[in-house]
Amino acid sequence: MADFETPELKEIPIIPHVKDGSMAHSKPYVAKAEFQEPLGYPGELVDNWEQVAVDKLGELKGKYRSLQVFLDSCVKCGACTDKCHYYLGTSDPKNMPVARQDLLRKVYRRYYTFAGKYFPKLVGAEDMTKEVLDDWYSYFHQCSQCRRCSVFCPYGIDTAEISMAAREIMDAVGMGQKYCNEIIAKVFKIGNNLGLPEPALADTLEGLEEEVEEDIGVPVKFPLDVKGADILLVTPSADFFAEPHVDGLIGYAKVFHEAGASWTLSSYASEAANFGMFIGSYENMRRISRRIRKAAQELGVKRIIFGECGHAWRVAYAFLNTYAGPWDFLDPNYPVPQHICEYTYDLIQEGKLKFDKSENDHMTLTYHDSCNVARATRMGDKPGGQFTIPREIIKATCNNYYDMPADTIGEATFCCGGGGGLLTDDLMELRVKGAMPRMQAYKTVVDDHGVTNLAAICAICKTQFAKVFPYYGYGMTDIVSVHQLVGEAIILSDAPSDDDDDDNDDE
Amino acid sequence: MSALSVTFALTFYLATALLIFGLARKIWQYAKTPAPLKIATTPAPVTKSGVVVRLAQEVVLFASLFKSNKWTWLFGWMFHVALLLVLLRHLRYFTEPVWFWVDLIQPFGKYAAFAMVAGLAGLWARRVLVDRVRYISSPSDHLMLALLMGIGLSGLAMKYVAHTDIIAVKQFFLGLMTFSIQPLPSDPALLIHLSLVALLMLVFPISKLLHAPGLFFSPTRNQVDNPREKRHLAPWAAKLDAEPTE
Repeated sequence: MADFETPELKEIPIIPHVKDGSMAHSKPYVAKAEFQEPLGYPGELVDNWEQVAVDKLGELKGKYRSLQVFLDSCVKCGACTDKCHYYLGTSDPKNMPVARQDLLRKVYRRYYTFAGKYFPKLVGAEDMTKEVLDDWYSYFHQCSQCRRCSVFCPYGIDTAEISMAAREIMDAVGMGQKYCNEIIAKVFKIGNNLGLPEPALADTLEGLEEEVEEDIGVPVKFPLDVKGADILLVTPSADFFAEPHVDGLIGYAKVFHEAGASWTLSSYASEAANFGMFIGSYENMRRISRRIRKAAQELGVKRIIFGECGHAWRVAYAFLNTYAGPWDFLDPNYPVPQHICEYTYDLIQEGKLKFDKSENDHMTLTYHDSCNVARATRMGDKPGGQFTIPREIIKATCNNYYDMPADTIGEATFCCGGGGGLLTDDLMELRVKGAMPRMQAYKTVVDDHGVTNLAAICAICKTQFAKVFPYYGYGMTDIVSVHQLVGEAIILSDAPSDDDDDDNDDE
Repeated sequence: MSALSVTFALTFYLATALLIFGLARKIWQYAKTPAPLKIATTPAPVTKSGVVVRLAQEVVLFASLFKSNKWTWLFGWMFHVALLLVLLRHLRYFTEPVWFWVDLIQPFGKYAAFAMVAGLAGLWARRVLVDRVRYISSPSDHLMLALLMGIGLSGLAMKYVAHTDIIAVKQFFLGLMTFSIQPLPSDPALLIHLSLVALLMLVFPISKLLHAPGLFFSPTRNQVDNPREKRHLAPWAAKLDAEPTE
């Protein structure tokens, strides 16, 4: 199946030399008309696509200051060249952030700058040709919009912004990506990325209730579409069935149960992940976001809480107020929205949750800072809360925890390799190679501290690691949800006494 | 009055006008283009004064570049600080009497030219020797270094190799400021130096030198991290809110 080599994990990470064109063959499937048209894009490459592309670029740079400033400001200093996980994993120079930006910048220069119009060769300006478009399609789908480059750029140039613009232009000329656009169409039609309709969702949640009650003897509820509930939980639809995602969902439910909270899921807004961001589309991102507003209004909730999902948390934390606010109909005592980790952390601080950490003693953990949580959002009221709060939760629920090397976590965290609309099987080689820097860092703590499991708070990271771990010699179940750890360790006050259970075998 | 003096006078008037007009046009463009979404690279300051500190660290210390690559930071920072000192020192050719603090930095400014050239040399070496940086370099990136290097070396040549009549040069520039053209000495080093400076002024607003104003407008660096507390809405996006939604 795999016709590529999994990168070798070295003792000390090295920066590879450039190997021109080594990933030029990597391309996701192009969206057919049936997936393009529901989003308002042409079904196939339009006749005058060159002009449409150039015009769209002009329109976007007038709407986004980021794009205009970033296209002008790069001095080619090279600071970003060794920062992208896809470059480190593939050696393809067009995966260096600056080179990826230049794919768009050279067209910008050709049509919109004096130097590019009159001295194109001098400044590397190029006409909008089919070769350029094909390069765009390949390499702008080798960026997971993780923003690691933007941390290190002296001008804060964020390649994610450039990739989003390029994808929007490609959508506008009729060359969209199947994976993202098919999923967005599903959200509009059904309400979530998986296309799970209300009856199936209700069934799934009922099954979970039975399973949990059988397991621990406590009737933990998974309410759906309950009008008048206090809290609306919006979580990635992967949480409803995928492993280890669903264990996270069980964790949230147990926390709500123990807190005595009144909460509900919505079948109309049954998706936290907003793929509109991946394709850079303000309109689609807004349309998806407003489903949450409508659900909150119809259910009459007071608060909105998001489940574990990285890009979703970016859209929720940074954009939801813009897209779907103002939230004047919700309880002003809480930020809108909140992250489930903020909610759990607050309860821990208030002493309202009790844990038996030994439940997680069979694991030694490390934590993967998901890229968009780390570099595009915050938790709590202090900068950096997005790093400390999940770790505090893990440490409250587990005895064995070690961080990966400092230059691979926090704001410098490496993407899992599958974010930003790349979590599709047609990009498997890219995903495996792009995971290399994270795997390298993981290997360090596995070798030095006997770490057995990686905890994360992102649906994409969880799916990606489950898939790529085996390529690097680790188990597909070595990835766990943070709220899975919470769910395992939490002591529910109404649980039947478990002294007579099978837990006394530790001594 | 020589043709040379007139030519250089007109060149500097033109270069100054284009520099100011070009930069103003770009700054106006950056300022009026909305940033529709909150995209600060986090962790980010949660207050406006925090943003001022963050930007100051970027402008003065090149904080992000320091995180990224110590060699590029060292050469880049050395070049920029030296350039600043050199520019300030050059104020003495535009002021009479010379401001006292310009006199104060005069000894540092003289040696800063060496640091400037050394920093440029380091940056150029990286551009040639590091395969990743070589890959991303266009001819214009090399020419820009050549231009700055030429300015630095021709300046040093006047100081240490072939002196020019600096009093006359000062009279020429003081004259320009009151729209009277004074004679300009015709030493080769001086003419090269001034030509290259005029060229730099001309290319500034149409080249990557726009990174200077760009940094202040970079949304990832200049935004306050408060999207939940304060609703952020661009004018073109607000129009969407006025339309009915499904």
